Amino acid sequence: MSTDTSFITRSHEENWLPVLELAVEEVFEIMVGCRVKPVAQSEHKPNGEFTAMIGLAGALCGILTVCCDAKTAGQIARKMLGDTATSADEVGDALGEICNMIAGNFKNKLAGTDERCMLSVPTVISGEEYSLHSMTDGNSVETIVLFEDIPVAVRLELQS
Amino acid sequence: MDKIQALIVDDSSVMRKIVERSLRQAGIELEKVVEASNGAEALSALHNNLVDLILCDINMPVMDGLEFVREVAKLESAKHIPIVMITTEGSESHVVQALTAGARGYIRKPFTPDQVKEHVLPVLGKKP
Repeated sequence: MSTDTSFITRSHEENWLPVLELAVEEVFEIMVGCRVKPVAQSEHKPNGEFTAMIGLAGALCGILTVCCDAKTAGQIARKMLGDTATSADEVGDALGEICNMIAGNFKNKLAGTDERCMLSVPTVISGEEYSLHSMTDGNSVETIVLFEDIPVAVRLELQS
Repeated sequence: MDKIQALIVDDSSVMRKIVERSLRQAGIELEKVVEASNGAEALSALHNNLVDLILCDINMPVMDGLEFVREVAKLESAKHIPIVMITTEGSESHVVQALTAGARGYIRKPFTPDQVKEHVLPVLGKKP
């Protein structure tokens, strides 16, 4: 694969959606201790009270976000910490780490990309009254999984 | 196994707790756990604490994990302490950079307690 192959070409040729889905499933199973499966996006729209995001630079340039409601973010944090009580800071921290690990796991699975792609530290937004404008050109791969029957959206937006 | 003192370096407090729990699940008895949220804090912690093991992330603000490992290698008082990286950066070049800088082990996130056991016990001179 040449280094200047566009995002659109690579994402179609290599079919990145299953790669992203696998990265999400592995992170939830190993770090949260529960199995999640992708569901039809048209039937499940997550409430975006918590959004974790991480930037990618280099061979892949863009942003990966994980979005869910506040109750789900809290439950993810509790499960990561072994069903102990969690503070508000820990909820954001936990979702940021989930986002970080999904991004890392995804790029580790793309041949020839991992060496040339860097990740930022995670950022977490709480609240729904915001608009997110990433400096990408609209090319995206998205999966929605059910965590305890509540949808969690994972979206990768990249520059071509 | 004797109880040990561990320094856990990660900018995520949640991840520091998970790493500590994983060490305990690996059967490692911890007398004391010192936490730091970046490499610079960890260097300060090493001046005030005697530790037997360091677990360290790579992507952190202020001072990243690779620079921290290089700085530890310069310290007479600390260069013998085994360092195991625990990070999302899974590329071969990151592994090589970390091991060349002085790290003794490398664990990719996401990780299981068994992986912690497999990579940490040998650097403590124990069989996994």
